[in-house]
Amino acid sequence: MQSSVSVKDLSLNFGSVQVLKSLNLDVKQGEFIVLLGPSGCGKSTLLNCIAGLLDVSEGQIFIGGKNVTWAEPKDRGIGMVFQSYALYPQMTVEKNLSFGLRVAGMKRDEIDSRVKRASEILQIEPLLQRKPANLSGGQRQRVAIGRALVRDVDVFLFDEPLSNLDAKLRSDLRVEIKRLHQRLKNTMIYVTHDQIEALTLADRIAIMKNGEIQQLSDPHTIYNKPVNLYVAGFIGSPSMNFLNGTLAGGAEPAFTTDDGVVVPVGRYVFDKAPTGSAKAVLGVRPEHIVLGDAAKDLPFSTEVEIEIVEPMGSDTLAWTKIGNHAVTFRADSDVHLTVGQKVLVGFDPARGSLFDTASTNRL
Amino acid sequence: MTTNAEASGPRPRSFFTPTRIVIYGIIIVAALYYLLPLYVMITTSLKGLPEIRIGNIFAPPLEVTFEPWVKAWTSACTGLTCNGLAPGFWNSVKITLPSTIVSVFIAAVSGYSLVNWRFKGSEFFFTVLLLGSFIPYQVMLYPLVMITAQMKIFGTLWAVILIHTIFGMPILTLLFRNYFASLPQELFKAARVDGAGFWRIFFQIMVPMSLPIFAVAIILQVTGIWNDFLFGVVFAGTQNYPMTVQLNNIVNSVQGVREYNVNMAATILTAAVPLIVYFVSGKWFVRGIAAGAVKG
Repeated sequence: MQSSVSVKDLSLNFGSVQVLKSLNLDVKQGEFIVLLGPSGCGKSTLLNCIAGLLDVSEGQIFIGGKNVTWAEPKDRGIGMVFQSYALYPQMTVEKNLSFGLRVAGMKRDEIDSRVKRASEILQIEPLLQRKPANLSGGQRQRVAIGRALVRDVDVFLFDEPLSNLDAKLRSDLRVEIKRLHQRLKNTMIYVTHDQIEALTLADRIAIMKNGEIQQLSDPHTIYNKPVNLYVAGFIGSPSMNFLNGTLAGGAEPAFTTDDGVVVPVGRYVFDKAPTGSAKAVLGVRPEHIVLGDAAKDLPFSTEVEIEIVEPMGSDTLAWTKIGNHAVTFRADSDVHLTVGQKVLVGFDPARGSLFDTASTNRL
Repeated sequence: MTTNAEASGPRPRSFFTPTRIVIYGIIIVAALYYLLPLYVMITTSLKGLPEIRIGNIFAPPLEVTFEPWVKAWTSACTGLTCNGLAPGFWNSVKITLPSTIVSVFIAAVSGYSLVNWRFKGSEFFFTVLLLGSFIPYQVMLYPLVMITAQMKIFGTLWAVILIHTIFGMPILTLLFRNYFASLPQELFKAARVDGAGFWRIFFQIMVPMSLPIFAVAIILQVTGIWNDFLFGVVFAGTQNYPMTVQLNNIVNSVQGVREYNVNMAATILTAAVPLIVYFVSGKWFVRGIAAGAVKG
């Protein structure tokens, strides 16, 4: 399949600070890509480079097969939605939607039909004559999406579009964006720091840190097979439990934590089978830890004491210790846990992740 | 700690607390102090000369006469001619209007490009511009006389207009730059994605959002230029003296009788334009200054 947006060896320097480091990204036609990372990781910068709002220091950008590295934003075939909505305050919603088309000198009836179509899709027809100041946050963001929609472009760029909304609206609009993508089948590149948004919306997620893409994969792979410690710790809330120790290779590989707890990891599928013995980190997601009798059948189980209980409604989060390592696990909300209670927990290391301590990469 | 079992709703407060009495006392005294000269000027300008000679400057006029006002406007002697302040008023209008319009426009465009279209050396350019606002005008007076003489506009309205436009630049550009910097950058980015260019973004997006700061800039320039004496007396030439220079010539004339009532009327007439501007625009002024001052 032809790639819709393609970034080749892109670097961007602000003075001596390297914000993007020789970055490569290929986005397929109709794909929903989420750039995810903490603030300052360069994700918004990358989006601005793709939009043409920032000049790159090195490398090339292709959109729809054309080299647009030096092209003006309007000539790139993109529409963009901003975090602060960026609606022109003195114009009505209709004028906001049609501004770009009027700049391009489009015919009146063509403008009207495009505005009509976009406002139907986004259900903002009753708002067309209002000013942005008289709209709610969700309505404003819908208009901002509409402004990208009327441009009839192949690529949509979203720069943290939901971050200014409250939690309820955020999840409503998230579904709406997903629905919009399924209906329009445009390529979408979406920047966010919210991992729930990333996991729910993306076809593929690019996790960024310090101007580099750490891992580019579908949400399931990102969540279950993170390529390094950074990705493993960043994705997932509550975050993955990490046990430091030593991994002994061979026919029956075994992991021994620093404080002497032995975890057999025979069923773990190694990317690269260990040969000798080396320092390693075992990561286990809280929901992969099983409580009670079911734990007995798993390759690893142990008795622990409950230290803190956090009921979350849908489930309950319990804090405990395996050896000296703090560990959290999820339990069904109907299971009654009390502080100080001794319980049996276990997990299957095959569902966990092993990382090399030195390189932090997945084993 | 004392508690009242019946307490409910807003706490009762008496109006005449000691704090209030002190605050209002100070405010009233300060207001009277500043209004007193104005009162003296108005009453004196409405008196005839014999009544002034009696010497009761705080007394209201016994016989109200508008003669001094008419004289100040039409026939008081400003140097060799005796046409009153009217020609000076029109000269001031001819100087203030173009200087204000040109300087505000250029400063708005500079401020906008300094914030949104950063070019190589734009920060340096801005620093140089700022330094300009710290240098006293008098230092540059003689070089400017030479330059305008070379340009063959010395002694004309054009010279004063040019000088006012140049000297308005530093402070006005700073004002506009700070205001535009406080507008969300994303608006500018959105307009660029929509395909708007330099001038379209300026006129259709930025200007409509910046009316308060335009009001402030216009007020600053109108009052500043109207009140200017130095540039007017140096660059305008005798024919084009602004109102302030002519007022000085009336008040400081050394021949004949000192007509205090005419002097007072002439002064009030000259001060009337800035006063009216402040009264009409006070609300805008405060709002705009606050808006422009937030971000540096």
